[in-house]
Amino acid sequence: MDVGLLSRWQFAITCVYHFFFVPLTLGLSVLVAIMETQYVRSGDETYKRMAKFWGSLFLINFAIGVVTGIVMEFQFGMNWSRFAAFVGDVFGAPLAIEALLAFFLESVFLGVWIFGWDKLSRGAHLASIWLVAIGSTMSALWILVANSFMQHPVGYAIENGRAVMTDFFALLTNPYLWTQFPHTVLSGFTTGAFFVLGISAYHLIRRREMDFFRRSFQLAAVFGALSIFLVIFVGHSQAQRMVQVQPMKMAAAEALWKSENPASFSLFTIGDESRLDDVFAIRLPNLLSVLAYNQPTGEVKGIRNLQTEYEQQYGPGNYVPSVITAYWSFRIMVGAGFLMMFLSLAALYPTIRNRPIAKLRIIGLYPLAIGLPYVANSVGWIFTEMGRQPWVVMGLMKTEQAFSPNLTNGMVWLTLIVFTLIYAALMAADVYLLNKFAKAGPAPERIAPIEVTLEEENIFA
Amino acid sequence: MDLNILWFVLIAVLYIGYFVLEGFDLGVGILLPFLGKTDVQRRVLINTIGPHWDGNEVWLITAGGATFAAFPIWYATLFSGFYLPLFLILLALIVRGVAFEFRSKDENPRWRAAWDWAIVFGSVVPALLWGVAFTNFMRGVPISLIDGQFMYTGGFWNLLNPYALLGGLVSLLGFTLLGAIFLSLKTTEDLMRAAQKLAMRLWLPTLVVLVGYVVATYFFTDILGHLGVNPGPIPIGAPLALMAAGHFLYTRRSGWAFFLVSLAIVFATSTIFMILFPRVLVSSLNPAWSLTIYNAASGPYTLKVMSIIALVFLPFVLGYEAWSYWVFRKRISQKVQELHY
Repeated sequence: MDVGLLSRWQFAITCVYHFFFVPLTLGLSVLVAIMETQYVRSGDETYKRMAKFWGSLFLINFAIGVVTGIVMEFQFGMNWSRFAAFVGDVFGAPLAIEALLAFFLESVFLGVWIFGWDKLSRGAHLASIWLVAIGSTMSALWILVANSFMQHPVGYAIENGRAVMTDFFALLTNPYLWTQFPHTVLSGFTTGAFFVLGISAYHLIRRREMDFFRRSFQLAAVFGALSIFLVIFVGHSQAQRMVQVQPMKMAAAEALWKSENPASFSLFTIGDESRLDDVFAIRLPNLLSVLAYNQPTGEVKGIRNLQTEYEQQYGPGNYVPSVITAYWSFRIMVGAGFLMMFLSLAALYPTIRNRPIAKLRIIGLYPLAIGLPYVANSVGWIFTEMGRQPWVVMGLMKTEQAFSPNLTNGMVWLTLIVFTLIYAALMAADVYLLNKFAKAGPAPERIAPIEVTLEEENIFA
Repeated sequence: MDLNILWFVLIAVLYIGYFVLEGFDLGVGILLPFLGKTDVQRRVLINTIGPHWDGNEVWLITAGGATFAAFPIWYATLFSGFYLPLFLILLALIVRGVAFEFRSKDENPRWRAAWDWAIVFGSVVPALLWGVAFTNFMRGVPISLIDGQFMYTGGFWNLLNPYALLGGLVSLLGFTLLGAIFLSLKTTEDLMRAAQKLAMRLWLPTLVVLVGYVVATYFFTDILGHLGVNPGPIPIGAPLALMAAGHFLYTRRSGWAFFLVSLAIVFATSTIFMILFPRVLVSSLNPAWSLTIYNAASGPYTLKVMSIIALVFLPFVLGYEAWSYWVFRKRISQKVQELHY
């Protein structure tokens, strides 16, 4: 493998890994904030215990998200220096703003929240968790401003071989951003909701802390149903946007080799990427046109036609992303999404009717369903980024032109291997702790002093 | 003053803030095995920086982001050129951040010992490497201009020259000293006394190394000859402030000592940026190949937008971060019942 490919692997591994933690941070911060709000409004201690219990799981998850975020930021310069030099004028700004407006807010107030239970008024303490939640969401906004530029560049001009920002508000009003941002954040909310649903279900099945986990389950059911419904709704308009601004990605997601009008939807395709044709396919007529335009007819461009079009526009080259990756990641994401919709509606039913949740027939599925949003989040990003290939910035710079010219294979191998091993070790520790604390359940209402062995010897000696 | 200069100054301010704030929290991490003899003591030490270390680290992330936004060529050349040192720093910051959160979540002493080592590694490495890196910025590194693109053409070992290593020793000792003084302000009883004693012991070696570093800087950089701003008496400011800090250390006025060591860090970092100005990365191969605040910068439009945003929001950030220090101004007692795990 060359430096470019190694750097892509490193970036992909870091990115997917980072995004194991971020969605839960997004969702759980809001849920904990809602719980603490209920505590402050009602004075009911159970809500305080809820905020503390779910907050402790939030913190275990939070740390790894933060530290891998630093790797994400540094990698743009370390491994992708030509990319950084080419788009830094446009791309660097949202990253700097993210740090200034979001990271400071998130980190400072999280510190205040963790250590401030006895030092602040209830209102001030509550405000700090809301500021953490707002900080996380703002962080998503600004990083997606940057990512949206890579998907659909706006507000720039090319001067002396570099992209230069000409309109900051165009970056903020990038239509791609305003489907991508809600889709991502609401997916995070869904992740948080399924996390709470799953762990609550685990305890409800075992009839532990019934009141505590019934309330948690009910809150998550409402929050989750609302979120996943909006995720799917926004996802639909996002796909329609994709037909306009990234037709190749859409064609790959549908394994649509030739332009069609009306366009058919692939139910199941085995394709041959070298011939750009079907080996075997079951397609539903007109459905893709319906999805793309909300009407039975309308042309959806196919891979071969787009390849020809791009060759004329950008010169010779292969402009087709990995179709098998795009096709399956898209389908797995959508499938997981609908499954989550079904599960959250099922969870909503006893919540609204105020029926005992433990009696829900499929209650045993919820602990397993914690994994669903993780699958959907990961393949969703794999689809978004792989479907854009061969471009790193759509239409402006190819990925193969973007990596740092001064790196050697050995250097990137070294960092790739060490990062991956560290990520794996931290993941193991993280899962161990989450599992341990989730299964242990909330601390008893009165906390007994922790027993500590006052060993005098220095463990470092 | 044009916006390029403003951004150079802002980035300098961000690094100064980073070195002072993360300086003491790295110092605390380094001192963990020396001062924390029991598990409770180690938890107390960590809790002194518990609410703050993450916010402190954001100064670095913001400095990185600001460099990317305002001087993308600097960002691209520096980060790719210093690939392995930055990799080591990232590794350190990763394990350190996770360790603070994870170490007390399990009772197993081996689990805790492992994370405590991660904190020490994660604190020593950045404390040392930041000094090495910034010394290399001024000393100059092999930067070439190839086909209109700046590129680092040296290796990893180029960065580990004796002068740069001396710089690393200065930051390592300086941050540790600051950490010790910070601990003497934030702990009680035997821990406070031990921290005070350690600070006194660290003070003289730090001063000696710093004076040596200042002298070396006159030989290894173009501090006297180049076209940037005249640093005037500021390089001398760092050793003078450190010397004065010694007086307050020995008279047990830790607050003043903390202020003066911080001031020494401010002077030292300012000096580095003054020697650099208007360059941001000095080429040891050809003066024309040095990156400057003009040939490495974003366009005027980006700089204008970023200036407005920074000047509007920076005061808020400073305000609430200062407030968070005010909230946690009290010493951390060693009573287990009051200790946050």
